[in-house]
Amino acid sequence: MSRRIVGPFNRVEGDLEIRLEIEDGAVKAAWVNSPLYRGFEQILGGRDPRDALVYTPRICGICSVSQSMAAAIALAEAGAVEVPTNGRLVRNLVLGVENVADHLTHFYLFFMPDFARPIYAHEPWHGEVAARFKAVDGAAAREVLSARAAFMHIMGMLAGHWPHTLGLQPGGTTHSIDGATQARVLATLAGFRRFLETRMFGDRLEEVTALASVRELDAWRQREASAGSDFGVFLKLADGLGLSALGRATDRFLSYGAYALNGGFLFKRGVNAQGADEALDVTQITEDSSSGWFAASNGPRHPSRGVTIPDADAKGAYTWCKAPRLDGKVVEVGALARQTVDGHPLIRDLVRTSGGNVANRVIARLIEIARVVPALEEWARGISPHEPFFVDAPALANAEGAGLIEAARGSLGHWLSVKNGRILNYQIVAPTTWNFSPRDASGVPGACEMALVGAPVREGEVDPVAVQHIVRSFDPCMVCTVH
Amino acid sequence: MADGGGARQRTLLWLQSGGCGGCTMSLICAEQPDFLSTLDIAGIRLLWHPSLSAATGVEVRTIIDEVRSGAIPLDILCLEGSVIQGPNGSGKFHQQAGTGTPMKDIIAELAGLAHDVLAIGTCAAFGGITAGGANHVEATGLAYDGSEPGGLLGPSFRARSGRPVINISGCPIHPSWVVETLLQLALGTLRQGDLDALERPRLYADHLVHHGCSRNEYYEYKASAEKLSNLGCLMEHLGCMATQVHADCNIRLWNGGSSCTRAGYPCISCTEPGFEDPSHPFLETPKLAGIPVGLPTDMPKAWFVALAALSKAATPNRVKMNAVADYIITPPTVAKGRPRK
Repeated sequence: MSRRIVGPFNRVEGDLEIRLEIEDGAVKAAWVNSPLYRGFEQILGGRDPRDALVYTPRICGICSVSQSMAAAIALAEAGAVEVPTNGRLVRNLVLGVENVADHLTHFYLFFMPDFARPIYAHEPWHGEVAARFKAVDGAAAREVLSARAAFMHIMGMLAGHWPHTLGLQPGGTTHSIDGATQARVLATLAGFRRFLETRMFGDRLEEVTALASVRELDAWRQREASAGSDFGVFLKLADGLGLSALGRATDRFLSYGAYALNGGFLFKRGVNAQGADEALDVTQITEDSSSGWFAASNGPRHPSRGVTIPDADAKGAYTWCKAPRLDGKVVEVGALARQTVDGHPLIRDLVRTSGGNVANRVIARLIEIARVVPALEEWARGISPHEPFFVDAPALANAEGAGLIEAARGSLGHWLSVKNGRILNYQIVAPTTWNFSPRDASGVPGACEMALVGAPVREGEVDPVAVQHIVRSFDPCMVCTVH
Repeated sequence: MADGGGARQRTLLWLQSGGCGGCTMSLICAEQPDFLSTLDIAGIRLLWHPSLSAATGVEVRTIIDEVRSGAIPLDILCLEGSVIQGPNGSGKFHQQAGTGTPMKDIIAELAGLAHDVLAIGTCAAFGGITAGGANHVEATGLAYDGSEPGGLLGPSFRARSGRPVINISGCPIHPSWVVETLLQLALGTLRQGDLDALERPRLYADHLVHHGCSRNEYYEYKASAEKLSNLGCLMEHLGCMATQVHADCNIRLWNGGSSCTRAGYPCISCTEPGFEDPSHPFLETPKLAGIPVGLPTDMPKAWFVALAALSKAATPNRVKMNAVADYIITPPTVAKGRPRK
């Protein structure tokens, strides 16, 4: 048996270290450490509640709007604010653009470059993959940066800039757009759709989202245009490397529900555990800080009563991350969870066949891109220029609120309490806090820690490539995790 | 190495510490060309960037060791995020993954080896959001702690080029602020005197956010917005600090042509030291006897008050009406020309 520490772990957002125990050429146990602590809970205490909209997006530069959205919803709930339809549509658009851009960044810049590594030089697909996906030098990186930057013009049009916009507010959005801007948003979406259909999928988005089973996906891949698309190339190498047998966690999936509109969601709220749908009971969410460098908190707490007091010398601790649990159990969040809970037939079939794993996490992210972009188009068309986008929210004196949303990486929650017009407590549980949770008080490892067990370690490998695929398949955002 | 000379590519190492990664995310929104093509044009080779490079784990530690030994010369060191010194100066709130070494020590060591050092974003420049409130994580900037020279490296720090740490402040930075600074370093055209009193590139810091603001007419007449979605000036009631804040946001524009004020929210002063802790809620304008406390830079207070009273009295009805509307409800009068013959 040997031990090793993997880090600095890059092409993830923020700082990450993985400790491994290796035996007989495979990972026997893993410990995930989030080594950066900033303390937003302390920074927020005692402020005017509206100021949360300045601080919380700055928790994270890649999920910035998601943090704004959770804060805006928590404040709106605390103040019982009714948001005009235009405001809801624009908030969904801004959040959707961030989420899709994050999936795009993950696939092209963070995840795929690992397959261009020399360790795969003997694979039949290596030449093609290296030319397109090699970090920094591959053809895709430049092409995607341009497509992404053009897509982000929608952030300019609707919210001023990205990241760290103040345009999303409890009462809607601050910029009332006219018909001309609405048309420009639609034109920009059309340009982005073309990139996706020509490069990522080699097919119309509607054909991709209509794939309803593994059998249909297998048939689709045989088309010449699909096989040569970036998705097709991924499917081919995923088969060759057995990525669907890598990185299985609990198969217990959570989604808070994504893109609220008309009293419902575009993607359902709920839990799916080993194939069975369950209702989500948000009172059953707890955070346990026993493996984190925190002062004792007398057992797991609901985030609305959470405490975050750092203690760098806490006994038995190995990370700045807490351990969130739902009904005491470990869950996985993210695009795969969202699409499973929502019941997308292809994703359900994939999970039924091989569970939550590296391949299925990536496939779910791409299917989600194909599902969200047409929704963005519909929301943009649904805007009624000259109708209100915004109402002023009342000043809060004493109130509580929660903002539960879906960021690109999964379920994000803000819990806020206000006393005498000031923030009394503000607790945040981010998507990667769930996925990269440490062990809880009973010693049960978090989702990524479980997923790493069994990962093969090749002869002579220092930073095992399988470990990298598994970790990056979750698209971790470490700055959100601890904040 | 002499500025502007030699065929050798310049090297760039990018580190992140107590921040959110948002400056990198903003930087890769660079356009015409994209950020990677900019590096090609500038002849800059990325030794390592946490979001973009292939190297991970031991490969990164090796690169850093080779910089330490001098085997790889380090031309440009960029730090994104504040330097975290706590608790009690130990740096334990941010230890480098894989080595457990406090990041503050690695940053200080590498800064001493670099030809030029760039603080990317307000956190790295001045401490920023991470230093907010009681700052119990002991966050500071590379060479400034708020507006006080010092920070991690001390007030007398000079990089090997002889330049101080270049502070590209902003929360986040505009991609072009970084791109143009890097290009000027590569071309050898960044001169002494191109940095302002806080060592920010004057290419953006010689302007105020107010310059080019599309709400200028409302400002001239003190026709003010009453809520965030209104078209009027955001200074009187909604905390806008654009007349005092150094940056060219309303000239250069963001993400294809917008800015904070154009999207309906006030300038929160994110390029300035100490922006994280205003003495008032961000969306309120502190006033004394009804007059905003923070008046435009370089303007005598008595003149401001006199002109404001005068212009307020002279406000055209059109401007008054539109200031409190979410759309233009009263367009400018169309002047009828001479009738056609």
